[in-house]
Amino acid sequence: MKLSLKLDSPTSPKLSTERIAFWATAFIILVVFPVTLSAFRLGLIGKYLCYAFPALGLVLCWGYCGILSLGQGVFFGLGGYCMAMFLKLEASDKASTSIQSTPGIPDFMDWNQLKELPIFWLPFESLPLALLAVVLVPGLLALVVGLAMFKRRVTGVYFAIITQAIAAILSILIIGQQGYTGGVNGITDLKTMLGWDIRSDSAKLILYFVNAGFLLAAIAMSQHLLHSKLGRLLVAVRDREDRVRFTGYDVAQLKTFVFVLAAMLSAIGGAMFTLQVGFMSPSFVGIDPSIEMVVAAAVGGRVSVLGAVYGSLLVNFGKTFFSEHFPELWLFMMGVLFIAVVMAFPSGLAGINLAEIRTRLLKRFKSKPLLTPEPKAPETHDPSPSTGHAGGGL
Amino acid sequence: MQPFMLQCEGLTVSFDGIKAVDDLSLYLAQGEIRALIGPNGAGKTTLLDLITGKTKPTSGSVKFKTIELTHLREHEIVRVGVCRKFQTPSVYETLSVFENLEMAYPGSRNWYGAWLFKRTKQVIETVESVAERMGLAELLHATAGTLSHGQKQWLEIGMLLIQDPQVMLLDEPVAGMSVHEREKTIQLLQVLCQGRAVIVVEHDMDFVARIAHQVTVLHQGKSLAEGSMSAVQNDPKVIEVYLGH
Repeated sequence: MKLSLKLDSPTSPKLSTERIAFWATAFIILVVFPVTLSAFRLGLIGKYLCYAFPALGLVLCWGYCGILSLGQGVFFGLGGYCMAMFLKLEASDKASTSIQSTPGIPDFMDWNQLKELPIFWLPFESLPLALLAVVLVPGLLALVVGLAMFKRRVTGVYFAIITQAIAAILSILIIGQQGYTGGVNGITDLKTMLGWDIRSDSAKLILYFVNAGFLLAAIAMSQHLLHSKLGRLLVAVRDREDRVRFTGYDVAQLKTFVFVLAAMLSAIGGAMFTLQVGFMSPSFVGIDPSIEMVVAAAVGGRVSVLGAVYGSLLVNFGKTFFSEHFPELWLFMMGVLFIAVVMAFPSGLAGINLAEIRTRLLKRFKSKPLLTPEPKAPETHDPSPSTGHAGGGL
Repeated sequence: MQPFMLQCEGLTVSFDGIKAVDDLSLYLAQGEIRALIGPNGAGKTTLLDLITGKTKPTSGSVKFKTIELTHLREHEIVRVGVCRKFQTPSVYETLSVFENLEMAYPGSRNWYGAWLFKRTKQVIETVESVAERMGLAELLHATAGTLSHGQKQWLEIGMLLIQDPQVMLLDEPVAGMSVHEREKTIQLLQVLCQGRAVIVVEHDMDFVARIAHQVTVLHQGKSLAEGSMSAVQNDPKVIEVYLGH
């Protein structure tokens, strides 16, 4: 299960490279994509970038701290549902739902013979409360799950299986409680946010930039975290949990923290997804999307914060591309993509080291070995090759 | 009278009915270095597990001064002042020597404290002085994974030292060391252990004879003999179960 990862020592003078990579990514997202792509394609990119949030959370939680969660879709979905519930209530005012037998409640509730709004929907009439719920509901769930698991020292595969079970449970619950949740169709027909039409082209463009801003802020925050002692502690917990514990740290607390953080990031992605796509459904909650998030993190490079962005772009672009061109085969092709990347580059796109590839290739063709010393660190945080990849592919 | 630094009384733990440690009592005064010896499976490491909270005893008590340790969780026991070095060198291999030591520097131990932790002058000086004492001053920026086995052992001892523990538990601190490294470790420990209470688990009898004030021989979870090294070596019971082999 344990991959050998060469990890960049966080205090090594890599800050400048990391900064350049960060601003290059910001430039690509904020300038290159909006300038070169059509509104439709840009909308797709905006959607893909929502998946970078859970992937980013997984980089912190799984890549750095060694906690593999197969249930990030739960938090993505909860964040998305919290947002959708607010938008749905706004779209279900008395005037536009006057043909229902109970006007003023969401249409799916009316179809399911509900006569009034369920209590847990009430807070979602207020935008501030709904926005708070976007991060707090998934955060609280992660806190409860995290404390329950990590205090009991549930780790590794067992933790992964439990999170996967939670993903299955939540999606089944949402589908089953049609009257309260909209069931398998999800919450659809979202129109406005405080009167602002989120379906218009200008709104879509603004939302793209809001999403990009949140994502870049989340990346900057993650990098700040990873350069602090807390970042080194996460690595220490991954590699030598007992040593950390017997140095006076509460390992359960640290693990719970990173799991909650990953959940909240995931939730922000979910909320932005709802805003940009205009609906939320159980298909973003269950096991499949959760695994896709892990794939995106692995493809991007699980110890690379920026890799999460490129991994999500590549995986979701691949998903769209393959499903458009090979409707029957796309799932297999996604599998091939995943296996190919992980086999060729165990540390993901961010692990591609051009110098090393050159050395390897030259070694093959020349008998004389090159003198280039194998660099120790540049493997992890150098996203420039991946930049070329994802950017060129789109 | 001052309370003992470490006081184990009637300590028993059984795994599936087999008593790994059986009604064991042990008292350590300040400044004392106690060696635990005994054949494999005698319960030496289990005893350290019991003191540090890794294993909860079936019955009995462990006290640090007047504080009962058996109710505390592992990290709380460490914070009270009881630190442990593991049998195999446990350092964070991907981090530098400096970062390894810094991580052990007490304080800022919760998530927000660690996030906001600042590398102050005091931290740097403390880390450097400990590295100096452990003979790692030249290697502060080396990745811990590249250190030799002996250096890793020293680094781990340094990580204990930086916490200035009052009780140190050392599980095989010279295992796998060269003669030269062992010599250096003995000299180091003789200085470092002053003013603390120390338990050393070690198979190397020469090392034990030179460093320990008192020796406790464990056999099948029980204390077989206790006393100076020479007294213990001449104890017929000990010769029979252990040294005689």
